Formats: sequence, C-alpha cells, structure tokens
Amino acid sequence: MTPAALKDAVTQATAQQASAASPVHQVALMRWRMAIVLSLLMLVTYFAFVLGIAFDKQALGTLITEGLSLGIVLGAGVILTAFGLTAFYAWWANRVYDPALERVVKGGQS
Amino acid sequence: MTPLATSLGQPNLTSILFFFTFVGGTLAITYWAARKTKTASEFLTAGGNVTAVQNGFALAGDYMSAASFLGIAGLVATSGFDGLIYSVGWLVGWPVVTFLIAEPLRNLGKFTFADVLTARLKQKPVRIAAAGSTLTVISFYLIAQMVGAGNLVRMMFGIPYEAAVAAVGVVMLLYVLFGGMIATTWVQIVKAVLLLSGATLLALMALSKFGFNPLALFSAAAERYGAEVLAPGKLVSSPIEAVSLGLALMFGTAGLPHILMRFYTVPNAQTARKSVVYATGLIGFFYLVTFILGFGASVLVGRDAIKAVDAGGNMAAPLLAEVVGGTPFLGFISAVAFATILAVVAGLTLSGAAALSHDLWTHVVRKGEVGEHEQLKVARIASAALGVVAILLGLVFKGQNVAFMVGLAFAIAASSNFPVLILSMLWKGFTTKGAVASVVTGAVVSVVLIVLSPTVWVDIFKNAAPLVPLKNPGIVALPLSVLMGVVVSLLTSEPEARAKYAEVQRRMELGNRA
Repeated sequence: MTPAALKDAVTQATAQQASAASPVHQVALMRWRMAIVLSLLMLVTYFAFVLGIAFDKQALGTLITEGLSLGIVLGAGVILTAFGLTAFYAWWANRVYDPALERVVKGGQS
Repeated sequence: MTPLATSLGQPNLTSILFFFTFVGGTLAITYWAARKTKTASEFLTAGGNVTAVQNGFALAGDYMSAASFLGIAGLVATSGFDGLIYSVGWLVGWPVVTFLIAEPLRNLGKFTFADVLTARLKQKPVRIAAAGSTLTVISFYLIAQMVGAGNLVRMMFGIPYEAAVAAVGVVMLLYVLFGGMIATTWVQIVKAVLLLSGATLLALMALSKFGFNPLALFSAAAERYGAEVLAPGKLVSSPIEAVSLGLALMFGTAGLPHILMRFYTVPNAQTARKSVVYATGLIGFFYLVTFILGFGASVLVGRDAIKAVDAGGNMAAPLLAEVVGGTPFLGFISAVAFATILAVVAGLTLSGAAALSHDLWTHVVRKGEVGEHEQLKVARIASAALGVVAILLGLVFKGQNVAFMVGLAFAIAASSNFPVLILSMLWKGFTTKGAVASVVTGAVVSVVLIVLSPTVWVDIFKNAAPLVPLKNPGIVALPLSVLMGVVVSLLTSEPEARAKYAEVQRRMELGNRA
C-alpha cells in the first residue's frame, strides 16, 4: 500500500467513525427524543379518555353544570391537547432544532 | 311526529347552481394546472412547490371526508355524546404524523413512502410489498367513498345511484388526468375552505337560536332526549375493543398513502412540519364544529325527522341547513358535500397512481431506468385505470354496507405501513426480509381478522356467531406486524442496509443538503 493510499484509507475510516457520532446525529437524536416523548403524551391522553369511557361511563356522564358533562369537557380537552402538542412541537422545532441543525451544517464539521 | 317537509332529494336551483359553479371553477383550475404539468414530478407532487398554508388546507381537504362530516353529525344527532368519541379518534393521528413521520418522510422520499424504505433496503421486494399494501388501503377507502358518493348524491340531488357514481368518477378523473397534483391540490384547498366555512356558518346559524351559547344547545338536547345524550352510550363497549380501535385511528393516519404523499408536494421538511400543524388545527376545529351541528340538528330538526329521511342519520347536517337557512342553504351544503367526495376520491386516485407508476413500473419493471416522458405517461395511464376501477367498485358494491371499510383501511395502514416506516427510520438492523414480513403480516392479519369479525362474519355473511370477537383488528395486527419485522430482521442480516444507515440518518435530517 502506497503512503498516499494509506493516508486516504485512514482519512476515510476517521470520517466514517466521526459520522457515527457526528453533530448531525446528536441533533437528530434530540429531535427523535422530543418526537417520541410527545407521541407518548398523545397516546396516554387519548387512551385515558377512551378507557375512561370503557370503564366508567357514568362518571363521564356526570354533569359539571347544566348542559355540560365531564365527558364533553374531556373530549374537547383531548382535541385541544392534540393541537397544543402539535403547536408546541412546531414551536420547539423552529426555535431549537432548526437553529441547532443550521449551526452544525454551517460549522462544516458535520 | 309528521315527517319534515323537505326539498332534500329534489334538485333545486341553488344546489344545481352551486354544484355547477364548483365543477366549472375547479375545471378551470384544472385547465390552468394542465399547462403547468409537464413532468412526472409536477404530475405526482406539484413539483414540490406547494406552500405550508396551501398544503395545510389540502391535507385537511384530503382528510375531511363526507363520511366524517355527515356521518359524525348524524351520529351526534341520533345518539349524542358518542359522536365525540369518533371526532377525537379521527384527530389524534395527526400529532403522530407531525412528530414521527412528516419531516423524515419529506427528506428521504420523492413520490411514495416506499422511497423511505428503499433508501436502505432492496428495491424490488420492498416496492412490491409497499405498493401492494398501498393499493389495498386505497381500494377499501375508494369503495367506501364511491358507495357513499352514490348514495349521498342520489339522496341529495335525486339522480340515480349509477349516474352519481359515474359522475363522481368522470369529474374526478378530469382533475387527476389533466391537472395532476397541481389541480388536485387546488381542488382540495377550495373544498376545505368551502367545507370549513359552510360548516362554521351552519353552526353559527344553529347557535344563534340559543344565544350563541353551546351549553344552552346541549341543555335543550338533554331536556328533549334525556340527560344520557351528554353521556357515553354503547359505542365503546369493552376496554380491549376501545384500545384496538384507538390504535388503528392513532397510527392509521400516519400510514394513509394519500396523506403521506402530500408531504412530497412541499419544498422541504420545515414546510412539511408547518403544513401539518395548520392541518391539525383546521381538522380539530372542524370536528368540534361537527359536534355542534349534530346537537343542533337533534334539537332543531328532531331525531324522528332525521331518521325518516335516512335511517343512518347521514342527512342531519343538510336538514339542519334547510331548517336554519332554507332551500338555498340546503343547496349550498349539498354542493359542498359533493365537492368533498370529489376531492377525497381525486387524492386517493393520485396516490394509487404513484404506487403503480413510481413503485411498480419505474422501479420494479424498469429497474429505475425510465425517461421523464415515459414516467408521466405511465402515471397518467395508471390514473385512468384507477378511475375506471373506482367507478366499477362503486357499481359492484351498490347496496352493500361498506361503512366498515374505512375502519379496515385505517387498520391496514396502521399495521402494515406505519411499523415499517418507523422501523426503517430508527433501527439500523432492519432488513429487506423483515420489512416485507412486517408489511405482509399487517395487511393479511387485518383483512383476515375483519372477515372473521362480527362486522363481516355476522352482519354481512349472516353467520350466527363471529369466529373472532374483535370488531377492529388493530390490537392484534399492529403488534404482530412489529414483531414479525423485528424477528425476521434478527434472523436475516443485510450488511448493505446496515452500512447505509449513517448516510440515511444524515439525509433524514438534512434532506437535499446532505
């Protein structure tokens, strides 16, 4: 193996190793963590609502005030939570994730 | 109680006027779009030039079907609270799409979700499996839409079922064939704006009779039909059934081919993210409004009058329109419902055409070596074929109870498409054989379980008892599909797929900049 080829091979191997834990991956990991946590929050919220209906219909039929049952409040609450989580994610991604990714790309060390 | 005197079912001047204005306007858009559709990418993804707000409305347009507008309003009108369970269920899939799917999908793919899988895995087997599951989901969805369209148009305009199905098929095909994704996107936007504004106006007019106080409306309903209208009824029976339906709804949206395809129409992942936030807001708002409409109809029209027109309650919203706004408003809402069906069918057809032309023709038959001209031609031929198939399905299933088919489409999407997408994005060790096993398991288990379930085995085949007690296959099919994907991947090894993972991870975040 010529010295030049050896140097090439070493550079390549180093680049590959670096890319395994490169800054892009760290930013990616941060996004996936947030995405999975928010998905689980949605899952728990929704299943709590549906299982609440399955297990205790009467409780959800309790009137809070005239014309308004607990079930309606919770149902509307799940809809608002779904939108709230989505809006929060977009806000977080715009404020934190996009700039972090941008820094990594501009830094040229990706 | 005497049946309500309604002009529903008799073609009236306003409904015909609104209908022709809509069709005329959208065909003019199609003419304009046709001149801008010169490449396969313009035909299938509008050249990736759609903005976040436009795509948000178009996603909402693709998703808000006549079944959810008329069906949920009808369910609320006839049984009260239970309709809200569906409203909530149809919405909770959207955050999942936002968090887990929209951005990586946009960054990795071009036309179909199989692009994401084949970024790492072998083209041929994965494309065949993904196209197969896409076409299965779309077929069931199309049957439900076309049969619904035939019935609705017959009920609202008084024209024969067959003519209604043919009309929907032909007009939809004009949009897709000539205007491709550009025309389809604009049809979705126009439809979403009409549907949202029509439903909001209708809700406001109904609420005006109750001092714009929803609680006064709910009280009036409780006074007339008993306090149980505000409490859960018999829709959700057992906890297992509840979780099963919940899984299908929650993860099904993230596997619907016509929804996934829309993320390729925007220029980048940031736009995809913003568009799905707009869509979630619009759809959530729409379902809350639909809930009001249902209660409005039960009080202002009356349950008996609604059931006298259609036993399923589907005409609750149009009848409410007639009561609060007279024949002109009925005409407007009827035309909006029709526009809704047209737009959903167009979106479905286009995503089926993408699977046929891009996955099967370009990558399986021609092994990726296809000229621009041929791609566009094949995509058009595939659209035309699917349009004909849609009309035929509508005619074949006339008079059948097809309501379960949308649920089945969601179950297959959740257990066949969603697991492979997630596994291929997040797991380095995922292999081609694992992906195929996962897709096939999800689809086959879903279909078999639903055939043996009370919905088909008892209600349609008229057997005494179901072979499987579950109404929705989600709780079995989704975990089995994941399990098969994992086990088969562990038993096989694919060094090429493993080696490509780092690069794919980069592209997932950076898209074209990687």
